[in-house]
Amino acid sequence: MTSTTSPVADTAHERRPIGSLVWHVGALLVLAVVLYPVIWVLGASFKPSKDIIASLDLLPTKPVWANFSGLADGISGISIGSFFSNSLMYAGLAVVGVVLSSSLTAYAFAKIRFAGRNLLFTLMIGTLLLPYHVLLIPQYVLFRNLGYIDTLVPLVAGKFLATEAFFVFLMVQFMRGLPRELDEAAKLDGCGHLRTYWSIVLPLSRPAIITSAIFTFINAWNDFMGPLIYLNTPSKYTVSLGLMMFRDQEGISNYGSMIAMSLVALVPVVAFFMAFQRYLIDGMATSGLKG
Amino acid sequence: MTLVKEAPVRPVKERSAAPDAGRRGRRRENLAGYLFMSPWIAGFLLLTAGPMIASLYYAFTSYNLFTPPQWVGLDNFTTMFQDPRWQKSVEVTLKYVVVATPLKLLLALGVALLLAQNRRGQALYRAAFYMPSLIGASVSVGFVWRALFSDDAVVDRTQKIFGLDVGGWIGNPDYVLYALVALSIWQFGAPMVIFLAGLKQVPQELYEAAEMDGAGPFRRFWNITLPMISPVLFFNVLLESIHAFQVFGSAYVVSDTRCGPADATLVYTCYLYQKGFKESQMGFASAMAWTLVIAVALVTAVLFWSQKKWVHYEEAAK
Repeated sequence: MTSTTSPVADTAHERRPIGSLVWHVGALLVLAVVLYPVIWVLGASFKPSKDIIASLDLLPTKPVWANFSGLADGISGISIGSFFSNSLMYAGLAVVGVVLSSSLTAYAFAKIRFAGRNLLFTLMIGTLLLPYHVLLIPQYVLFRNLGYIDTLVPLVAGKFLATEAFFVFLMVQFMRGLPRELDEAAKLDGCGHLRTYWSIVLPLSRPAIITSAIFTFINAWNDFMGPLIYLNTPSKYTVSLGLMMFRDQEGISNYGSMIAMSLVALVPVVAFFMAFQRYLIDGMATSGLKG
Repeated sequence: MTLVKEAPVRPVKERSAAPDAGRRGRRRENLAGYLFMSPWIAGFLLLTAGPMIASLYYAFTSYNLFTPPQWVGLDNFTTMFQDPRWQKSVEVTLKYVVVATPLKLLLALGVALLLAQNRRGQALYRAAFYMPSLIGASVSVGFVWRALFSDDAVVDRTQKIFGLDVGGWIGNPDYVLYALVALSIWQFGAPMVIFLAGLKQVPQELYEAAEMDGAGPFRRFWNITLPMISPVLFFNVLLESIHAFQVFGSAYVVSDTRCGPADATLVYTCYLYQKGFKESQMGFASAMAWTLVIAVALVTAVLFWSQKKWVHYEEAAK
């Protein structure tokens, strides 16, 4: 922050053009490594299957659309759209669940003085460090006994019950930073906690909510292990499982289409990232500083 | 406030009502608190605490989902410790954690130091470098990795230029784990962003003072930057190593669905998945899970204990 305005820093790199050159060469080098796989998949999607691995050209000499039109046939009788709508449903429910449950919980931690608050907060932070493996098997047994295998319930139940402690933590930090005068004024005006939460704290917490929502969407969209364990019927598969099915059943004969579908699967994540990167990066940064 | 001030002039009867109202207010706050918390409390009991206890019980039973669990004492643990595949999975996981975590953090810190200088395009670079952390866990990127590291693909041809002729890393048991390590390092953006935030908090005056005292860039890094960002470094080490212990998707997708070849990428979670969900040995898998929890808890405890020696919090510095 200070260095932006600091005259010392400014004159320093005006004086050293070589330093500036080294900086840009270094940054561009890292950029090339970071972007290579992304540009590779973009290029490969437009190459004929046989050229994808063997050709070193990053972009195709003559782009073909066959890989994408090949997707229209679906995989083993299931349309590609089905995987995408299943993923969208999963990610959408996850976002609603996380935003509602985490913001309610965070409001209690940040704005209500109740007995046992510190103890519960410590417990919540503790769950952040708990390896999820230990919950994998008993949760599976639980959802199996309840008859929810092969549904989205096991995948989203935790999101509606604020088990994503990272987002609760993020929102608590944000809500604690809101000026106390606002909710005191609301209290004097006769607002109960529900009104204060809904019409004052929630709208003001928009940045933290957007960050949590986008992260949740991306995590659910990428989630592989959850669907792998809980979903059995191919028509209920998410994009991750659809891709794996693609590889197991047609991966060799139809390699180009599999790569094209990989590209399409990345589009929502990259689009969200480009639109909201500020929120995501700032959200990550504050979590580290205050943790 | 006004209530307290007025209290002395009020008759005795009403004064006793004030603490009553306070108590009622406190009770109302407690009720509101627990009502707002109720989703989390339900989630904690049903999906975290309850399952943890259940899993601890399963760890001492033989349980295949179809017949009720049967108590077997320490059998799961003794079989596990003698199981060569379990030993292999521990070896693979430790190798992965020990190689991937320091390399990833080193790169993250190096690039953060680069980006901490204010130059044109800095924000754009920061965003681009962060992107792999968001897509790295996807099956799509797993497929890309598989392609890049297979025979005759870019990595293979590049290594041939340097005289290394081992073929693609994916089919080679000696190398495939390093393809996963590379995928982990590629996602250096998340810790980098945290380092950057830490670097921005270091007071500029410290550097100016050190420069006047004639300290070179290396000494300034060692004596100012590193101590000042040590809490952030600690946070990153803790988070990244715990994460690395839990790797699963990349082993399953990049290598093959049995985490081969020859169990070369049989990370701990992969073996746990096979035991629990392929072989329905829920008792054994639970014993594995609890062993991992204890291992991770020990690593966490050692890190927290060690931070006294190398992490400088601002209060201590004053």
